[in-house]
Amino acid sequence: MQIPHEVTARPDTGLYNAKLGIWLFLASEVMLFGGLFSGYIFLRLGAEPGYWPHGLLNVPVGTFNTAVLILSSVTVVLAWASLKMRQFSRYKLYMGITILCGILFLVVKLAYEYPQKFTHFGVFIKKDALGKYEQYLGNQHLAALKLDPRVEISGHLLDAPKGSHYEKVAQENAEHFRHLLHEGGAEHGEHGEAPIVTTDDPNDYVIQLDPANANPTDPANERPSFWAKPQTMKTAVVQAADIDGPHPSMYIPRHSPYFAVYFTITGLHGLHVLGGVLIFIYFWGPGTELYRRNPEHFTNRIEVVGLFWHFVDLVWIFVFPLFYLL
Amino acid sequence: MSDSKEHSHDTHAAVTTDAASHDAHNMHFGLYWGIGGVLIALTGVTVWLSYFDFGSRERNIVIAMLVATFKVSLVGAIFMHLKGEKPTIWRFLYFTAFFVTGLFLLTALHWVDPIFGTQHNLH
Repeated sequence: MQIPHEVTARPDTGLYNAKLGIWLFLASEVMLFGGLFSGYIFLRLGAEPGYWPHGLLNVPVGTFNTAVLILSSVTVVLAWASLKMRQFSRYKLYMGITILCGILFLVVKLAYEYPQKFTHFGVFIKKDALGKYEQYLGNQHLAALKLDPRVEISGHLLDAPKGSHYEKVAQENAEHFRHLLHEGGAEHGEHGEAPIVTTDDPNDYVIQLDPANANPTDPANERPSFWAKPQTMKTAVVQAADIDGPHPSMYIPRHSPYFAVYFTITGLHGLHVLGGVLIFIYFWGPGTELYRRNPEHFTNRIEVVGLFWHFVDLVWIFVFPLFYLL
Repeated sequence: MSDSKEHSHDTHAAVTTDAASHDAHNMHFGLYWGIGGVLIALTGVTVWLSYFDFGSRERNIVIAMLVATFKVSLVGAIFMHLKGEKPTIWRFLYFTAFFVTGLFLLTALHWVDPIFGTQHNLH
């Protein structure tokens, strides 16, 4: 039995079933992401000065991924328009490009951006110990400029306390760091004092510093920059007793409210991208059988999945400035 | 409605759609590419603006959100065809806007009724 208004519009609403359904679904999606963005606002407004990072994410990569999603939004609407004109081969081309864009977005996110965070270490310093690490934080300089204080020391972990979760990773990083020192001829201090790589104290962390901590008074580090700066060859020793919080960690959700909300929102968004790509692949391959039976029905399906994809793009348009730029 | 009747209606609808809207859709190809170009350019503008200091971080956020809202309006109006969409869809959107605004206002309540123990209370 044919379900009424599966293909043709209902006269009173002017909508076919799936279109009505997808808009109701998108309304629920607005509430879902609305709740998460609302959580973002709560955490951000509640963060004390210095505790909400700026310029931590790779802006060129984020910009590239934004452009990729916008391109995919264009191609998916072109795929639908091609079907409206009954140009099936053109539809296949545009839908193919959309699929490639979706996969590219996910690859950049999962194979490049996320792994970089999972291997980047940072510790928040206790308020009463900030002065002890002034050479890495430069807070007197920032205070003179009326800028937010720096409360975190971050970079690559070279030495972690014995028995710590990160002990093995730190050993591998230290080995790589020593290799770099050897290549640069700095292991014996030819170019100044040789950096500390490991310590005998089982409670110390040794961190290969990010540029902002290596040169905290450099004006170039006062504000975020567009291009990511390379890791420095300077290191810092941080005592476990000076660290704020019980579980120092890589840039994973538990590291800070920023990363908790970053991974939640971008992770959920990534799942939406994955879902969209899988549906596109179906409608690019086996699902095209419907086109031969009923082209208008197939066109409607593409319009509906296209609406979902535009919503995914729309969410990213807000995610990009909120996490990468501001 | 019988199967054959529905099918014949669909085929007829498809044929008329084909004939009437072929040129219109072809013309839209240029519009879609154009809007895509504008959206990518506005992404560049958002990045560019983020390196300017408009006096306070709040102002920078408001300006970036204005650009983002304009971009979202373009996606909604052109790509999602909300421009000229049926009233039923708009009714859904009005309700959604109402409830999502309520959701954001609930979050804003913490300014007047802070949750005990959060960092925000310390200010």
